[in-house]
Parts: sequence; structure tokens; C-alpha cells
Amino acid sequence: MEQENLHTYRSTALYCVVFIALLAALFVITVLNINIGSVPISVGEIVRILLHKEGNPTQVSIIWKIRLPRILMAALLGGALSLSGFLLQTFFANPIAGPFVLGISSGAKMVVALSMIYFIGAFGAVSSWTLIIAAFVGSLLSVGFILIMSRRLKGMAVLLVAGIMIGYICSAITDFVVTFAEDSDIVNLHGWSLGSFSGMSWDNVRIAAILVGVTTLAVFLLSKPIGAYQLGEAYAQSMGVNIRVFRVALIVLSSILSACVTAFAGPISFVGIAVPYLVKRLLNTSKPIVVIPAVFLGGAVFCMGCDLIARTAFAPTELNISTVTSVFGAPVVIGMMLRRNKER
Amino acid sequence: MADFYFQTSQLTVGYDGKPLIRDITIDIAKGEIVTLIGPNGAGKSTILKSITRQLKAIGGTVVLDGQSLSGLSYKELATRMAVVLTERMKPELMTCRDIVATGRYPYTGRLGLLTRRDEEKVSEAMKIVHALELAHRDFNAVSDGQRQRILLARAICQEPEIIILDEPTSYLDIRHKLELLSILRSMAKEKGITVIMSLHEIDLAQKISDKILCVKGDTIGSCGTPEEVFDEEKIRQLYDIAEGYFDPCFGSIELPRPRGNPEILVLSSCGSGIGVYRRLQKENVPFCAGILYTNDLDYRLARLLASEVITERPFHEISDAAFDRAMEKVRACRCVIDAGCEIGPCNRRMQDILDAAKGLGKLQTDCRK
Repeated sequence: MEQENLHTYRSTALYCVVFIALLAALFVITVLNINIGSVPISVGEIVRILLHKEGNPTQVSIIWKIRLPRILMAALLGGALSLSGFLLQTFFANPIAGPFVLGISSGAKMVVALSMIYFIGAFGAVSSWTLIIAAFVGSLLSVGFILIMSRRLKGMAVLLVAGIMIGYICSAITDFVVTFAEDSDIVNLHGWSLGSFSGMSWDNVRIAAILVGVTTLAVFLLSKPIGAYQLGEAYAQSMGVNIRVFRVALIVLSSILSACVTAFAGPISFVGIAVPYLVKRLLNTSKPIVVIPAVFLGGAVFCMGCDLIARTAFAPTELNISTVTSVFGAPVVIGMMLRRNKER
Repeated sequence: MADFYFQTSQLTVGYDGKPLIRDITIDIAKGEIVTLIGPNGAGKSTILKSITRQLKAIGGTVVLDGQSLSGLSYKELATRMAVVLTERMKPELMTCRDIVATGRYPYTGRLGLLTRRDEEKVSEAMKIVHALELAHRDFNAVSDGQRQRILLARAICQEPEIIILDEPTSYLDIRHKLELLSILRSMAKEKGITVIMSLHEIDLAQKISDKILCVKGDTIGSCGTPEEVFDEEKIRQLYDIAEGYFDPCFGSIELPRPRGNPEILVLSSCGSGIGVYRRLQKENVPFCAGILYTNDLDYRLARLLASEVITERPFHEISDAAFDRAMEKVRACRCVIDAGCEIGPCNRRMQDILDAAKGLGKLQTDCRK
């Protein structure tokens, strides 16, 4: 028992260190994100503007109207995306599963693009909720297809190929309708379909915060059955998990999360695979109760960092967020696959 | 009938609505060990999957402690039944202790946090399977045998009334096989935990089980105590063994005997011939054995391996018939091996046979014994 306590103590200490580091990183990146831009704002100014609500009116409006919503959105959606990846990896018992590679983001993108064109054409506007629902429907379409495929074909490689194919089909359809759509909003649509955090409003933030917050809480409350599911379906059932209900819950929750991201920011690649992998290595465990909050934080930090780079690297030209996440995420995924191969 | 803990009646199991095995009716008392034996692909796992509810039964009922299995919630079932499956588990970054601790799942709260009492149960279970030293090793990095013990500890930790194990002894070396089975034995007998498992090793099945279920074809072949089931003919039929042989007394399997006319006569008694028989069989030399009392240890093996066994009723003097037959063989064989005979008042005519063989220059004493 003595030795047990020592081990428990050690892992708890490690968890604390990781969480503190993530929170610190979150803080630093938030400050940097407010600080850097076409109009640099010093840290002192930031404190004054945020806490005392006073200062240069241009700076106030830059912070409140542009930078802050964008930062919050990057954090929320980054966390949501990583968590969605973690859930899909649990579901498919496959570390390479994620909303982007499985074509789920592309499915969402396709339905969002179609409904954008339809609603803008018919009513001249489209609400955030409509887009979210469209993205959710698109996500479920792709997931459904993947599920049918995974019933018939086993194995990581096949699953990936199926996902990539779905991604291509959906992207092709999206490109097709975007090319032939006649609308001034097409410019907007085109930017969105490549992924970006720009142009977020407080309304967007509010909706995303509610959806992502509630879903993340639900995921956290499911951490016990998720832990059981990590041992495989049969064992999970023998421990008392109602597998059918649980599988549906997992798919719905991960689809809501990735739909939310796609609806607001478009498809964002690699975050869903790279972040959970890195976070699990850092924590040296896959226990959902620690991993879930850490994955969310990690995803937030990762996306905020990537957005900072997207915004500033070649200013005034802004990069697509996916360009940056790929540059950092893809090598992690390659490293992960090499390492898994070695372990076998 | 109320004292049966686990019962199935008219249970039909199979995949996708296609029945594989029909009308399984078994009654198992608390603390009994029941083993399913039968060839690969016969449906042992299918039966086990059906009684653990991983697979929906096609027909019939399963009753656990007076309650219908299908009426129990998954959670209720989890506090009564634990499983050890053949399915390979590939958990990520989990120590052996983490795996064992998952057995506490039905007893922990909403978030699955372990209390001090749960931790103690985990340590206890690991101690029972002698796996305490593995606690902090990565589960993916331990050997198959160790993994199997960890999975058993996980099942023990779940504090079940019944444990279902699908081929728990595969991948284990002989020592760990015995260890695992004796753990099961003591759990069954001391704690009254019912055990249902499938085994490939029929010799072990015979030694550990209270009941044996032979699974082959579309119904249960035979079912009963090992004494009833372990009949030479039944086992041969069950596994379609045409060539090899099975000794129900020790549960041992023998390879087929060498074919052809006997070239060698082996004279022995009281187990001294066993080594010689095995050697001759490996060299594929047909031989006959004699003169063995039918209660002799050598007789049990000779009847499976020798082309012919010259026998005598126990504790009787050697009859003329047996003696003449033996002398005939001495003349016919190219060589006679004296594997060591204990000669007493009843079998003193053995000496005459040995002398005759010596006279013909055919006698060899087995020096490689």
C-alpha cells in the first residue's frame, strides 16, 4: 500500500504540472494574441482596456470587436476539435481517427456550403444555428458512411482510406457548387471553406460557448464508460456499459463538437489527431477523467497558437488556419505512426 | 431445482439468427467448475458469448440465480458475472494495475474514482494471481502469460458470483496453467464462485472440472462428470481422432502406434517398460509387450502403443495360453528387450521366457532406460 501511495502521488503530481503548464501557455498565448497584430497594443494598454475599460478608442474597438472574440473562438473551437478527435479515436479504437481524416469535417463543409447558397439565395441571410445544424447533418452523414464501411472492412488503413475518399467526394461537390454559385457572398464562402477564425462576432462566441460547453460537460460525465470502452466493446459490456446507447452518445457528441467547429471556422486539419496524442504522452496515461479536460485545454492552446501564426506570419496576408495546423500537426502524426510501428 | 445457480434450458445460440448449436440445457450448482471442450470452431466461444450476453441467444433461456439473464440490466449483471475473453486488448498507456482496477467499475461512482477500499480490493486481487510485482508495468509490455493473470485479477476484482473464461490457458506455460487453474479451483471451492470456461487441454479439463460439456455438431454431444464423459471412444469421436489415442485414466494423448508386424518383444512390469515403448514408437518400430497384468502401469500404455499386448489377469499365475503366445513372439521377433521385470511367485514363468530369449541370443537389457 505504501508503494501504491507513492505511485498515486507521483502521477497526481505529473497531472498537476501538466495542467499548470497548459493553463500558463493558455494565458501567455492569449496575451500575445491580443498584443500582436497590425496595430500592436502593449501589455499595459491591454490591462487598462480590459480591466478599466478605458484607453485609446481605436485600440478598445480592436480588442473588443476583433481580437477578443477571435481568440475566444479559437480557444473554444480548438478544444472542441481536439475533444472530438479523442472521442472518435476511442470509438474506433484507432489513434489516427479524427474529424478531418475521416471526412467528417468535409461532409459538414459540404452540407454547410449547400445550405449557405440556398439560404442566401432564398432569404439573403443565414443564421448561425442553421449553419450548425447543417454541419451536424453533414457530420452524421459522413460518420454513418464510415460506420457502414467499418462494419465490412476491418483495420486502420481501410478506415483511413474510406475517410479520405469521403473527404474528396465531399470537397469535390463543395468546389463544384462554389464554382457555379452566383452570389456576392461566394468570396466569403470561399474563405470559410478553407478554414479561418477571422470575422467572429460576439454572437458567434455566445452560441459556440453554449454548445461546446454543454457538450464538453457531457463528455466529461461520460469519462467512466469511455474508460471502460478503451478495453474493447466486450469488456465494457461485461462491466455494465450499455454499449448501444453509449456508442450512439459517443457519435452524437463528437459530431456536435466537430459540426460546431466546421460551421464557424470551416474544416481544420490534424488538430483532432495530434493534440490528443501529445496530451496523452505528456500525462503518461489515457484515463479519460484527466485526459478529457487536458485535451480540451491542449486543443485551445494549439489552435490559438496556430491562429496567431496564421494572422501574423505574412501580415497583412492571412494564412488559412489549416495551413498552419498542418505544418505543426502532420509531423506529429507521422511521428506517431513511426513510433507505433516500432512498438509492434 | 432451486439449488442450481446457473441454468440454461433449450438454449439455441448462433450468429445473425442462424442457429449453430441447439437445445443446450445445463444445470450448474454454486461453486461448480464447468468446462466446455471440443474441437476448434465447434462453438465453445459462441456459447460463452451467449451466456455473457455479448451475443443474443436465438432461443431458450438462461437463468442466473433464479433471474432470467435477459431481464437483468447490464449493471446488475456486471456485479455478478465477470469475464476473461480471448479478444486481444490493446489499451493505450495503461499499467497492469490500471487494467485490474477496471474490474471495480460496477462499484464506483459517476466519475469512476477509486476509493481506498477499491484500491485494497485491487491489491488483493493482484496478490491472489501473484502479479503484485507487475503493477506498474505497461500492460502492452508484459508477456502473454502475465497478461492472462492480470485479466484474471481484473475478473476477481469485480467480485463476481460467476466467472466465465474463454480459453484462459492458451499462451500460458505449464506452470502458469497449473497456477491459474488452482486459483480457479480455490475460488470455486472456498468462495463458492461458479466457473464456466472453455479449455483445449482435455487432460486439465478432466482434472479440474466438476462437469464437462462436449461441444460438437449442432447439439451438445455429451454432458456430465469427467468420469462419465471421459470415455475413450467419446473423446475420439469428439475430436475426430482416428489416429492418435487417448487414455481416459490420466487424460493423456498418445500418437498413433507404429504399423506392421512386431519386430521386438518388450518384457517389463510395473512401469519399467514405459520408456522403452516411447522410444520404440519414436523410432517407428512396431513391437509387442508382455506378459502384463491388466492392472499393470505398463499395460495402460502398451495397449495404446504396442501392436500386441500379451496379458494375464491380475495376481494370477501366468497361464499356458499367455506363456505359449509369449514364446511364439520370442521366436518370431528379431530381438527381445528386458526392460526390467520384478519376478515373484505369480509370474515366475517370466524367468523361463527370459532364459529362452537368452538361449536364442536375442535378449538385450535396456541400458538406455
